[in-house]
Amino acid sequence: MISELSLPAVTGFAFPNDLHITWSLMIVLYPYLTGIVAGAFVISALYHLFGRKELQPISRFSLATSFGFMVVATLPLLNHLGHPERAFNIIFTPNFSSAMAGFGVLYNTYLLILLLEIWFVWRKDIILIARRSRGIRRKIYAALAIGTYDISEEALEKDHWAIRVLTAIGIPAACMLHGYVGFLFGALKANPWWSTPLMPIIFLASGMTSGVAMLIVLYQTAMKLGGGKIDSETIASLNRWLWLFMIVTVSLELLEIMTLAYEKSEAWEAIHPLLTTKLAFSFISVQLILGSLIPFILLMISVTMNRYLHEKVRNTLSFISALLLLIQVFAMRWNVVIGGQLLSKSFRGFRESYAPQLFEKEGILAAVGILFLAFVALFLFARVLPVFKSLEGPKGTSLEAKL
Amino acid sequence: MDGEVSRRLFLKGLGGVALVLGLPGLGRAQGNRGRATYNWDEFSYVYLIDVTKCIGCGMCVQACKRENMVPDGFFRTWIERYRIGEGGRVEVDSPNGGLNGFSSTIVDFKVTKAFFVPKMCNHCKNTPCTQVCPVGASYTTRDGVVLVDEKHCIGCGYCVQACPYGSRYLHPVTHVADKCTWCYHRITKGLRPACVMACPVKARELGNMKDEQDPVRRAIATEPVLVLRPELLTKPNCYYKGLDKEVR
Repeated sequence: MISELSLPAVTGFAFPNDLHITWSLMIVLYPYLTGIVAGAFVISALYHLFGRKELQPISRFSLATSFGFMVVATLPLLNHLGHPERAFNIIFTPNFSSAMAGFGVLYNTYLLILLLEIWFVWRKDIILIARRSRGIRRKIYAALAIGTYDISEEALEKDHWAIRVLTAIGIPAACMLHGYVGFLFGALKANPWWSTPLMPIIFLASGMTSGVAMLIVLYQTAMKLGGGKIDSETIASLNRWLWLFMIVTVSLELLEIMTLAYEKSEAWEAIHPLLTTKLAFSFISVQLILGSLIPFILLMISVTMNRYLHEKVRNTLSFISALLLLIQVFAMRWNVVIGGQLLSKSFRGFRESYAPQLFEKEGILAAVGILFLAFVALFLFARVLPVFKSLEGPKGTSLEAKL
Repeated sequence: MDGEVSRRLFLKGLGGVALVLGLPGLGRAQGNRGRATYNWDEFSYVYLIDVTKCIGCGMCVQACKRENMVPDGFFRTWIERYRIGEGGRVEVDSPNGGLNGFSSTIVDFKVTKAFFVPKMCNHCKNTPCTQVCPVGASYTTRDGVVLVDEKHCIGCGYCVQACPYGSRYLHPVTHVADKCTWCYHRITKGLRPACVMACPVKARELGNMKDEQDPVRRAIATEPVLVLRPELLTKPNCYYKGLDKEVR
């Protein structure tokens, strides 16, 4: 006999197996992390490949951020799998008709590109630090230099060329790493809330948004804590990109809903009550009003009135918008992943909202812990390699960070 | 000489050992219904459910649960009750999957038609579930049955999301994907699935499309039948007689 109390409450009629949430908070977290990975890389690419000079102060920091979130990206997946010890089956016996099978190739390809680019960007600094160090520190940095020692202009030109090539192939790699998750959801005809060709683009656009937002938050925080100066042009530029990405993101999200509402097909009969009852707080209050409308207004002010605002005011508006948008993107992931599972495939009912527990295996503490680890990874990266300024060259000349 | 076994004694011993080991084999060769004689090229399974016959007793759900050790709260098969009335009112329920049958409950409209619909994995020809399995643990056999390799499944849950019929679930103990198997362990031995055996009114039947005399094959070929969610083109192998438009 099952205890009736242990089953979640249902409104209307749900298929009996639909009462169980299969994809938990971990699957909400995973696209959030890869979105930041892709977004941070694209900002770095805007400098390294497209020459946007105003983004130079954070060009290295964005690569480091992309790296920090990349190393923890597999953790939510491994935590979620019923058999994580068999995870390598995805690489040994992939079934390529499945979008999920692409994970092995996409993750490792982008990781390789990112590591190579990081090496080329920081190669000069690695050699300079090695030269100044003694003992074990010298050995470590010498090892990181992988046998190279030439930092002449010609060698650095070759580095520049390699960085441009890697950035060029890194952009589609990063976009595929995040976009395939959108396809994973969007190509499922079984779930009307997920099934749309727009899904990969929506995921990408919101990934860009979260990447830029995270950079704004981390950059301003790092400068405040480290006593550095927040570059005004950099923030102004990041602000513009954030506004652009969020407009695209929200437009696409709303477009999807408007099309469903207009067509008034069977899907809308289930989605409309989903949005207005089960997801009323997380979708309307958090994602739309708090997460989209308010940052839109704040960004409109800080972008259009950029030259009239005092720097501190503009930076604060930017920071708040970025924080709200980080929440918006998380809410969007939640509403897609969890929302799609609250509605039953019977199209006639919903289960009660999913509430992850604090201490359960795929619960709140696990999610917060993984997010925290991403920041730890970034922090450790910054301890090993300088993320904001390049080092002084030989004979005490100070060098602008050209890479 | 001492300790030496003579040639004759050795050959006698060898014959005795061979007899002892061979006797069980002799018995097995005769009444054999094991997998060794099953040829999957002779079968293409199909299932027929007659909605007009189902009385909602829930015996099939119980039989399946016992035969396949289905965990509580999860269902390889279940029954849905439909009560349809004036003004387009439709009331659907499935208390505990219909495991203990259905009790009379009051609805606030005049019911003009009511029926029970047994549901299960449709073992589709155009499976959306095997398509999305990242490791190929979910597959279709040559005789048309969709199965999950428990030893290979990584428990990602993608197939559960991809099934439009809600037939799949992640097993809470083994942490792999699970669903109706048409009692593959029984049908390959010439037996019928537990649900078919348990039904007191013969609302369920398993058939073989490769057998020209098969009654299920004849019914599908000559009588009006429907499948669930035909617009998705999953091409189910589960056919329904007497299905109403309200059933999804």
